[in-house]
Amino acid sequence: MPSSRDLRIGIDVGGTNTDAVIVDSRDRPVAKHKVPTTPDVTTGIQQALVGVLGDVPDARRRVSHVMVGTTHATNAILQGSELDRVAVLRIATPVRSAIPPLVTWPASLRARVEVGSLIVRGGHEFDRTETAPLDEDAIRRFAFDVGGRGSAIAVTSMFSPVSDVHELRAEEILREELGHGVKVSLSHELGSLGLIERESATVLNAALGTVATSVAKAIHDAVGAQGLTAETLFAQNDGTLMTVDYAERFPVLTIGSGPANSIRGAAYLSGRTEGLVIDIGGTSTDVGVLVNGFPRQSISGARVGGVATNFRTPDLMSVALGGGSIVAGSPASVRVGPDSVGYRLEQEALVFGGATLTMTDAAVAAGRAAIGDGWSPNGLDHALLSAAIARSDEMLADIVDRAKASRADVPLIAVGGGSILIADHIPGVSEVIRPEHFDVANAIGAAVASVSGEYEGVLYHGSRKRPELLEQATARATERAIAAGADPKRVEVVEIEEVPIGYLTDTALRVRVKVVGPLPEGVDEC
Amino acid sequence: MAIFGPKYNQVGVSLPGVAGKVDSPAFDAIGVEHVDALVRGCAVLGAGGGGDAYMFKIMAELALSETGPVPLVSLDDLPDDGIILPLAMVGAPMVFAEKILSGFEGLTLKAAIEDALGREAVAVMAPEIGGGNGVLPLAWAARLGLPYTDADGMGRAYPTIPMTTMHLAGLPVSPAVIVDARDNVLRFDTCDNFWAERLVRGSTTQMGAMTSSVLYPMTAADARRSTVIGSVSKALRVGSLLVYGTEGVSRAVDELDAVVLSVGRVVDIERRIEYGWVRGSLTVEGSGDFRGRLLHIEIQNENLVALEDGKVMASVPDIITVLETESGVVISTDRLRYGQRITVIGFAADPIWRTPAGLAVGGPRAMGYDFDFVPIEEIHAHA
Repeated sequence: MPSSRDLRIGIDVGGTNTDAVIVDSRDRPVAKHKVPTTPDVTTGIQQALVGVLGDVPDARRRVSHVMVGTTHATNAILQGSELDRVAVLRIATPVRSAIPPLVTWPASLRARVEVGSLIVRGGHEFDRTETAPLDEDAIRRFAFDVGGRGSAIAVTSMFSPVSDVHELRAEEILREELGHGVKVSLSHELGSLGLIERESATVLNAALGTVATSVAKAIHDAVGAQGLTAETLFAQNDGTLMTVDYAERFPVLTIGSGPANSIRGAAYLSGRTEGLVIDIGGTSTDVGVLVNGFPRQSISGARVGGVATNFRTPDLMSVALGGGSIVAGSPASVRVGPDSVGYRLEQEALVFGGATLTMTDAAVAAGRAAIGDGWSPNGLDHALLSAAIARSDEMLADIVDRAKASRADVPLIAVGGGSILIADHIPGVSEVIRPEHFDVANAIGAAVASVSGEYEGVLYHGSRKRPELLEQATARATERAIAAGADPKRVEVVEIEEVPIGYLTDTALRVRVKVVGPLPEGVDEC
Repeated sequence: MAIFGPKYNQVGVSLPGVAGKVDSPAFDAIGVEHVDALVRGCAVLGAGGGGDAYMFKIMAELALSETGPVPLVSLDDLPDDGIILPLAMVGAPMVFAEKILSGFEGLTLKAAIEDALGREAVAVMAPEIGGGNGVLPLAWAARLGLPYTDADGMGRAYPTIPMTTMHLAGLPVSPAVIVDARDNVLRFDTCDNFWAERLVRGSTTQMGAMTSSVLYPMTAADARRSTVIGSVSKALRVGSLLVYGTEGVSRAVDELDAVVLSVGRVVDIERRIEYGWVRGSLTVEGSGDFRGRLLHIEIQNENLVALEDGKVMASVPDIITVLETESGVVISTDRLRYGQRITVIGFAADPIWRTPAGLAVGGPRAMGYDFDFVPIEEIHAHA
């Protein structure tokens, strides 16, 4: 007998479609539904939710959690809409800076977000030494100057990933001066070394405050409107989840959750923990790398809306090729993409009775998929489609090779609605795995995800303190995982990365620890 | 997802009016519109090392957009006894990304050297043209209101302070001055240049792993006989060609009189860090004209030796640089990855590095390899 709360819903918002799945208590998909993504995103989420709930009897009563991977934050930044105004406080020495806050931003986005910025004396060195005492008076004056303007505040201190004390003290002062309701984003909670990029990420995070609150409310309302009393969780860019409270504090972490979900979903559906994941959608293809069950993260930070940030997203190779890509040209010189019919595939493709040659037609003509009831193209189209599938094979083989970490053959897990394009044999690939439910791997990735916390700091190599500091870093990461919603009893370290710092006489290490845990059991009570 | 940009070398600050292309072949001043070309050119001369120029590029663009162009001067146009200030960043590149400079460090350094030598500084120079240290002194020169000297002390990148043409010419690093973020100013008068390396680097670690420095202050007369002449304009010329992608790579090869050692893809990369040094090796599988051939590159911070079937195809001090074939962007040793489509080029170092004295400091044996240097044009004479 199913217990009262044995189902979870995963929702993933993609560029073309919004997908929803229901999984049971053993993570098995029991229902799935796909709708076109709507411009406001929320409507599509509601439609997907309604669709998937209709397929499972008694589902409304049985759902314990709704996990959502959404593009609201990304869209808000790209469109520059609904963003909060932000006062930018940098704590650094010297206070005269060759690169003041936000000078690297696109002018229009900067004008929309920044209400003022100030650099005050303070900050730390890589070895935790205080560079200069914190200039508290300057912070109070800053609070006085920006206080009346109702803005959020972003605080970034030099080497705060190593020592957070000046950021924490600055927050106290700002709350003393401006009241406890003032919204403050602190950079050490968001990221790694690289002051300019961390500062930009912190400002974006502060600017997304209202968006985060309204998204949380919209999804809460959508869930409530379906008669669900489930808890909502948000997917973040490393393939793990966070609670609504946490997502409201750190909305930037939702950016890039889509690819992370698809890689996690592919891992779950295939039962693999290592390999490549290729996600072919309607318009584009992403290839990511699965390491120890999680997406490999990029070395350099993500660029969002023209702003260089330091948050790490799944390391992807992308190409503008998908199931809806339009085929043009002649058999001797075929063109595939970048134009796509997108979500209108089922109206426009030849195989569905439309008039546009697409890559889905090419896949069917090549015998890679059976769609359209024995449809076959005429001779002229057939030659062009054969050339197109050959061209697509080259393009896919090329990005698969580029995504690999080494020469060795690796398994390739194919997901996404367009994965019918993939050939069974690809150079450098040991096997092509096509899991069941490949078309909703991203939503499944959200539904089966766990919760994580991360910490980054600097340690001295060979110092007697190293184990102690490692332990401390692990404790901080664990704290964050629990704060994000992980079961305190079942958290585990999944990644310790130590990067040596070059050109020093004493070698120091930059350490990053990631802790992951499942959601707490016994959710019936909540 | 389209919001994520290219995987590497995301150097870029968007300033109005910066086209990133340079049409004029002669440079008598460096304006904000030339910084991109300088960054690309310094990366080519950096042989894969020299540190990332990202922060310094932004600094230089912001400084020049305020001050206007900095004159690029020949040593011949400076007074014999005028002091040249070779300015550079010393320390850990990772720290450069966290501790933002004021951009005015040059003022402190200039005052300290003028005090020590009792004469006025007339120009700024890069002691190391390769990588970020070829770009940063330009930003300082702008704030000092001094011209930038069309010369440097390496013609490439090397990891330590004595590996300079000034050292080969017998000039001292001292009096050297370093300054940190707290305005601690240290002056070094050392017994020799190796002690200068040891003491400057040790102090730098204590001062937060990053200091701004003046090394080898000298007269223009001394600089004329001890530096690599024309290296800034060379970087600008090469860099301005590289904005044209694949076509730019072949034009840059002509400009440098370089040998294309391979065009292909990275099929193996092995890399580790020992005592602060990046060490490793790279294997390139050729395609097109290079099909069926494997090129192997030995790395120690820079690309040091290129081998094919065990035969040396190019070696330090000659310069080996890896570029992304499609974009013409230089790939530094810490950003090499499996699967990258690359073009490997080699070209001659400044002749002084090929003398017995030069090879003793910066040749293959000085870098721990057991073979004698052969100039790249001799290796490829019959090709």
